Amino acid sequence: MSETASERISTEAVIKAARLSRLDLTPAEVARMTSQLAGMLEHFADIDALDLSAVEPMTRPYPLSNVFRQDVVVQGLDRDEVLANAPAAEEGRFRVPPIVGLDG
Amino acid sequence: MTQFDMSKNEIKVAPNDGSYLLDGYELVCGLEVHVELATATKLFSASANRFGDEPNTHIDPVTLGLPGALPVLNRQAVELAMRIGLALNCTVQASTFHRKNYFYPDMPKAYQISQYDQPINVNGWLELPSGKSIGIERAHLEEDTGKSTHVGGAGGRIHGSAHSLIDFNRAGVPLVEIVGRPDIATPDEARQYVTELRQILVAIGASDAKMEEGSMRCDANVSVRKPGAPLGIRCEIKNVNSVRSLGRAIEYEARRQIVLLEAGEKIRQETRHWDETDGRTHTLRSKEDADDYRYFLEPDLVPLDPDAAWIEAVRAALPMLPRERRNRLAQATGVASDAESIMVIVERGQDDYVLAVGLAGGDVGRALVHVKEAFAEQGFNPAVPAGDLAGMIILETGGKLTSTQAKTVLGELVAHGGGDATAIAAAKGFEALDNSALEAIVDQVIAAQSESWAKYCGGEEKAMGALVGAIMKASQGKADGKAVTALLQAKRS
Amino acid sequence: MFRQSLDWTVEMTTIPSTAAAIADAVRSGVLKATDVLEAHLERIAEREGEIHAFNLVTTDEARAAASRIDADVAAGRDPGVLAGVPIAIKDNMCTRGIATTCSSKILEGWRPPYDATVVQRLAAAGAVTIGKTNLDEFAMGSSTENSAFGVTYNPRDITRVSGGSSGGSAAAVAAGFSPISIGSDTGGSIRQPAALCGVVGVKPTYGTVSRYGLVAFASSLDQVGPFSTDVRDSALVLEAISGHDPMDSTSIPQGPLSLQGVLSQGVEGLRVGRITDMPGGADPDVTERLEAAFDALQAAGAIMVDVQMPSMKYGLTAYYLIAPAEASSNLARYDGVRYGMRVNAPDTNAMYSATRSAGFGDEVKRRIMLGTYALSAGYYDAYYGKALKVRRLISEDFDRAYTKADVLLTPTSPIVAFPVGAKSDDPLAMYLCDVYTIPTNLAGHPAMSVPFGTGAFGLPVGVQIMAPTLGEQTMFRVAASLERSMIASGGG
Repeated sequence: MSETASERISTEAVIKAARLSRLDLTPAEVARMTSQLAGMLEHFADIDALDLSAVEPMTRPYPLSNVFRQDVVVQGLDRDEVLANAPAAEEGRFRVPPIVGLDG
Repeated sequence: MTQFDMSKNEIKVAPNDGSYLLDGYELVCGLEVHVELATATKLFSASANRFGDEPNTHIDPVTLGLPGALPVLNRQAVELAMRIGLALNCTVQASTFHRKNYFYPDMPKAYQISQYDQPINVNGWLELPSGKSIGIERAHLEEDTGKSTHVGGAGGRIHGSAHSLIDFNRAGVPLVEIVGRPDIATPDEARQYVTELRQILVAIGASDAKMEEGSMRCDANVSVRKPGAPLGIRCEIKNVNSVRSLGRAIEYEARRQIVLLEAGEKIRQETRHWDETDGRTHTLRSKEDADDYRYFLEPDLVPLDPDAAWIEAVRAALPMLPRERRNRLAQATGVASDAESIMVIVERGQDDYVLAVGLAGGDVGRALVHVKEAFAEQGFNPAVPAGDLAGMIILETGGKLTSTQAKTVLGELVAHGGGDATAIAAAKGFEALDNSALEAIVDQVIAAQSESWAKYCGGEEKAMGALVGAIMKASQGKADGKAVTALLQAKRS
Repeated sequence: MFRQSLDWTVEMTTIPSTAAAIADAVRSGVLKATDVLEAHLERIAEREGEIHAFNLVTTDEARAAASRIDADVAAGRDPGVLAGVPIAIKDNMCTRGIATTCSSKILEGWRPPYDATVVQRLAAAGAVTIGKTNLDEFAMGSSTENSAFGVTYNPRDITRVSGGSSGGSAAAVAAGFSPISIGSDTGGSIRQPAALCGVVGVKPTYGTVSRYGLVAFASSLDQVGPFSTDVRDSALVLEAISGHDPMDSTSIPQGPLSLQGVLSQGVEGLRVGRITDMPGGADPDVTERLEAAFDALQAAGAIMVDVQMPSMKYGLTAYYLIAPAEASSNLARYDGVRYGMRVNAPDTNAMYSATRSAGFGDEVKRRIMLGTYALSAGYYDAYYGKALKVRRLISEDFDRAYTKADVLLTPTSPIVAFPVGAKSDDPLAMYLCDVYTIPTNLAGHPAMSVPFGTGAFGLPVGVQIMAPTLGEQTMFRVAASLERSMIASGGG
């Protein structure tokens, strides 16, 4: 990997992306991930040479608009079947550990 | 947090220009109001949009964010959003949906589908009853979250709870977020804004807009500044559950900021939580380390681009809005459009009824008073036929019923869902006391109470009370107080 | 070589090799669906151990379904155009009550409470689902080595990969486990394994086949399509599964594709484009077969034209920024709250991280990280935003090329099937396998791979036919022509 490649993404940015993605990475994994992502981003830098100032972003392949559903109730899923698939349930609801530390 | 004593911070109203100042600071407030739309189904799936049922009974693959599920937009939700936009004088435009990515257990897909840089409604305004306009920046569509219940902690709070339980019935319910411009300058304007907005939303059938049930939720962005100074740093106040709390929360927050500024401290931009029990706002989270939401265009949905014909059809179908209804009633009655009686009648939706009483021959001003006083428990369509109430008012204004008698007859009309006022009056023995009969009684009393009469003629106004009382007694309550007074005055001169 | 997969039927003369023939026989009462099924289950029993095409073989459900088909025929009811045809479904499509894992630990044990639209339509056409096929975890990969449940080996050489991510579906057809299978293609995940396993694989126009019930990898690129031993079977399957679905907002509002009727039309006068500035890197044995394909089409009356695709070389970059960005959001729902695995932790946030860290494999984590980074504040414009613009450039290249040509031909994969483990430690080298297939996903166009002889080590080589939006009929005419030329030349 070239010198410039390793500069393409910082360890801090990798740690932030891991936090946003809710992935725990060990320091060794962070180092490995940083190096792999830097290598990819180095390769992806080929588009930096393009002048894209006049180009509209393309977000979808086929031009559709105004796709609607009528406001009519359709019987949904059975609660018991759904909760049977849940890791934890109680009183007809999904159970999760205490909700703390969710900011940022 | 700096502690401070609320009692030291008096509200001062500058009398000359009517502007609102707190210890020399201006309040700058903008409201973000979320309303749940009154659709049958959710924004992107066909489960019922219904409040108060057993948990997790209105769920489907989309609502639960199951792998493979795809959203499909509810046309009626779009139509209601357009109604809101048009009622708030917005421009309805082509719009798109984005994903707002964040993790929270009541957010099933770990992203909320919301409108971001191209909302459906932009650039409108709402006119307060006072005539002041509050700008509307945008009113956009988005989906609601599920509900978390915190178990095992004190008072259902997050902190200290053993675990939480999630119900997804509300997840995916269509919301419109109405983002107001920071044009609100007093807590009272904030209350008026929300009250007026609520009435509009109910009038156009877009939402039941109940703050107490959460179908209308209000966040306030509050900052303060010295007049003429640049905008201050703002805090967002959440968890305000009633119109009354809204005013209190804004006022508390403004004062808190002023105390900090006066102490030379800086305001930290943050989200604060209104606590109804202690009447204060508390730090919820700091914006400095806010989540990075990584907004991007929702690839599972296509653009929304209502054509002019659809927009105009929605506009044409809008009912008369509360402001127009108040103006109409004010014009008919001669009462000011922001008078309490007008506000109350329009809020109850009884203005059409009052006008119908007028059309049936009753005095509209009297109708306004009677309906306001006696029909509080009736809906927009009172049980008493307008013609029946008009009949009673005709008797009253024609001097055939005293105001006391009128109230009695009205009570009978309400109790029986209508009736013939003349017959009721007759049954109650409220037969008309004509002027000659009244004059005879007056002359009789003057003769019997010559002392009082002499005092009254000598300028002792207090003496009139005894005379009137005696006349009323002699007439068995059938005499009209005003008529008696007028007669006594005429005989004295 | 081309018809090698049909060797099975030489030995088992009673069971035809193609879906079309099986369906005809079952509908007319000549064959029983249950017998067709048992013959295929036997093949699975013989070779599945060394190939590992399936995450799950649904023997009981399949037997029940086959019996219902036979009962229908006995009762005079037509079970449909795929009557009694065994079909393998990629394990990223929801099957009601049947485990759907995406070859990920994070979904282990999950039984969807609903069927994907494709699964519904196949069942309605009388197809018999025999199992859920292996894939690279969440369809992220080009070799089916990134599966939490083990590698799928290439039936042509079990030391080599089957390609990916739909390696299990390609291998199932190549091994004769089922005449047809269903895959998903986000950047080549149907066409590349089809090429490496020597079968036909089709990625239709974005929006022609419903994505409802397909577990999303990259929503603006994902498309469902068939694998088959011959061109006609792919046409048959596509006719059955295509057409508007109100459950998918991106579904094109039109009826099913009509393809079987055009297969015999030939290619006379069709303009076949050669991309003169195509990104390099294809092995000589592969480019040799591409040249042979051009020759065959010319011999059949097609006109060769040169086109330029100057932005095609940036496709890989655009794709590997856009697809991970969408994936980072699509895969955020695997949070241990409503379904799938959970690793317990003292609070919800810690539970999220513990669950996701244990549940996702390395490649999935890498792409989630890359996508999160490409979308995050301060980097959006430099990466994701720029990639969307490059996507437009590539799409415009295609638009220009299709004014000159009716279809474009490229290799499907730059190389033949490579040995298992050869690229496992170099993600970027793996990504380069998709260089020819990615551009059509970015543009949303149809493309398919048809086997066209062999290259190094006698391994299959696939030729990719690309066509403009909804150009499936032309694409299939070209595919059928190439197939006829292979048969005429004695199977390559």
